Amino acid sequence: MKPIAHILKEIRPEFDFTASNDFMADGMLDSFDMVTLVATLDKTFGISIPGTEIVPENFQNIGTIEALLRKCGVKL
Amino acid sequence: MLAVVPARERTFLEEMNNFNFPESRSLKLKEVMGYDRRRLVEPGVCISDLAVFGLKHLFERGLLKPDEIDGLFVVTQTPDYFMPPTSNVIQGRLNLKQDAFCLDISQGCAGFVIGLIQAFSLLEQENVKKVVLINADVLSRKTSPKDRNIYPLVGDAAAITIVEKDAADSVIHASVKMDGTRNEVLMIPAGGMRLPSSPETAVLEDVGDKNLRAKDHLFMDGSAVFNFVQTEVPPLIEDTLKDAGVAMDAVDYFLCHQPNRFMLQKLADKMKVPHARMPNNVVERFGNSSGATIPIAVMINLAERVKTGDCLACLAGFGVGMTWSSMLMRLGGLSFCELVDYA
Repeated sequence: MKPIAHILKEIRPEFDFTASNDFMADGMLDSFDMVTLVATLDKTFGISIPGTEIVPENFQNIGTIEALLRKCGVKL
Repeated sequence: MLAVVPARERTFLEEMNNFNFPESRSLKLKEVMGYDRRRLVEPGVCISDLAVFGLKHLFERGLLKPDEIDGLFVVTQTPDYFMPPTSNVIQGRLNLKQDAFCLDISQGCAGFVIGLIQAFSLLEQENVKKVVLINADVLSRKTSPKDRNIYPLVGDAAAITIVEKDAADSVIHASVKMDGTRNEVLMIPAGGMRLPSSPETAVLEDVGDKNLRAKDHLFMDGSAVFNFVQTEVPPLIEDTLKDAGVAMDAVDYFLCHQPNRFMLQKLADKMKVPHARMPNNVVERFGNSSGATIPIAVMINLAERVKTGDCLACLAGFGVGMTWSSMLMRLGGLSFCELVDYA
């Protein structure tokens, strides 16, 4: 399984996502990147992240994304 | 039901260089959101042009007579003029009878259900036999080509629905909710009396995310709209079905307004509805044409079924206002259900 940082890098290759704690505030992800990320995570982990969970707080950094995946039943 | 769509088609691939984004990111967006082709009016074409074209098509084919029209509702966010009402413009251009009740309704993506409710109310009058409901918008004329948030998703269309009384005893359940406190998440800031259009409101501004937009253009807070739909629409549909005493599994199709494929797939997942029972293929072929997407969904997915039989359909619209609406009905017995090009 690809690590989250690798998936993020595929979406925005120009950034080092391990070096940020707030992807939105640091301009590394916008709302459409978030949609692309959700679609990729759904496909990669065989889940459907609920639409109500697609909020910036859940995509702030690798830790919050991992927490969201665990909430959706993914064992990391 | 008849839909009129402009013959002019543009593809996402043709347009993506307008956006200030790397091609790879735009292509990912295309795949996820379902952007592909959309129909756009030529400069100067108004909703009355699409509507008159469609109604003349029905007259010429003997599917409707001008004198049969007792009411004409036009649901739009892009009227021909501030005044007069576009419904009166259409009445005049087609020489419809003077006692045809004409009314414009300022609604958008929730407007098909709202228009139907108004049509049903008018049909309660004994002398009213047929009501024409027109859901039409040409919002492409109010979008910035440099705004990736809006430009690739908008399409233009007019849907014409002839609503008439039926002898069969069939109850239609509907619910509508509105929340004006969120009116600013989807709006065209300039052009009304609050902020009249001027050379200043036409200036493209950097609005973040590398998008350029003027105050004369359509603005949408995409995240707010997305969360509004995911939060508010499922309980409204559940309430409508509960009122009707109908289980979710008993509904053949959930025909929802179609802003983009991703939003509808997430809505279907939340409601635990198989994607095949919530069609999401309008935006990829025609773009998001506001209140016309539900009728177009019927035409491209269910035309034969609703002409030769029927289905239990739950309609749901959501958008500007904010407004959200749902309706449960047996959809069938249609004498026509087709889509024509406006050229």
